[in-house]
Amino acid sequence: MPSRIVAGLGLSHVPSVGVAYDRGKMQTPAWKPLADAYVPVREWLARLKPDVAIVVYNDHGADFLFDKYPTFAIGAAERYAIADEGFGTRPLPEVRGDADFSAHLCQSLICEHEFDLTVCQELRVEHGFLVPMNLCFEHAAGGWPVAAVPLQINVIQHPLPTARRCYKLGQAIRKAVFAYEGNLNVVILGTGGMSHQLQGKRFGYMNESFDRMFLDQIEADPERLADLSHQQIMEQAGAEAVELIMWLVMRGALSLRARRVHRHYYAPMTTGMGLITFQED
Amino acid sequence: MGIDLKPIPDTSIFDLRASRRGYRLNKLCGSLCSPANREEFKRDEEAYMNRFSLSESEKRLIRCRDFAGMIAAGMNIYFMLKIGSVTGNSLYRMGAQMRGERYEDFLATRNFKDAV
Repeated sequence: MPSRIVAGLGLSHVPSVGVAYDRGKMQTPAWKPLADAYVPVREWLARLKPDVAIVVYNDHGADFLFDKYPTFAIGAAERYAIADEGFGTRPLPEVRGDADFSAHLCQSLICEHEFDLTVCQELRVEHGFLVPMNLCFEHAAGGWPVAAVPLQINVIQHPLPTARRCYKLGQAIRKAVFAYEGNLNVVILGTGGMSHQLQGKRFGYMNESFDRMFLDQIEADPERLADLSHQQIMEQAGAEAVELIMWLVMRGALSLRARRVHRHYYAPMTTGMGLITFQED
Repeated sequence: MGIDLKPIPDTSIFDLRASRRGYRLNKLCGSLCSPANREEFKRDEEAYMNRFSLSESEKRLIRCRDFAGMIAAGMNIYFMLKIGSVTGNSLYRMGAQMRGERYEDFLATRNFKDAV
């Protein structure tokens, strides 16, 4: 039986969330608004019972350094270790992969849809991947309730893939998933952003109205967002906000009639933290 | 195609020119993803910098904890977080320095400064 995409989520992957999570601070006043927003999301995901999560994220110098920096890289392993990204290894169980499903995605995306991915037999995952996993799924000591396929995108060393290219990658992923005879329920997470800038005199810059526009359009008119240039995103929402192109992979993998279920926005410090979820009926 | 990036005020755009310029600095920071290397850096910063063949001006940036200077020298912000961490400088402390503000003054500009 073919597989299907049951849901998609766009969400920020701010590293301080991982720290707050590990230190048991998610119920403090500063973090409770974010924590509360994810309670119904986890319940919803638990009801959807996904077999695999495709997590579209970027590495921040934990496993990819600039000696070789792939534009698109996909995990094809049985398991993914937790990276030490310079602050110690977080106490999280390693993440189960689905190597057969990954192999199918590679075959389909590379040979049929002509996306030339870097294929990784070993990949250590870090906050870009793990913070969304923490927010969306409860793990036990033994592991996570879902297998994962990490999909890493270069959003830090220009030239980056275009927003349009990311959207098309999502559309190709949709076709690849539906062609997989594994009867899997798949969710896809587009992570990163929203507005933020972490260097220069403009450090700390956020733009809530841009972020709200992006949340509106990712639901109603993703084609318009796919037309945004890196320059436009960086000027309007901060240089590091360009991560938002990864949300377009997620949106491209959904049908245009996917129903929006949750939406939230919280911008306490230096990053607009957005959340939007979609379900396929 | 005319898609070259244009400068944005008060912003550094990490492109291949910056990456080339900051290659040694970023390589040093990338190495700090290992606890043993972090210990070694803390034990003897000068020797550690020599291992990565930093130029004298690059060494001076690290000695002075000059984060704006590091960015100008081609450091990537996400790599700089690693040297920030090993030298006791959080993202927000580095950010305040880059803005040219006292840490407390920077925090006062935030919506909810306890979310750190």
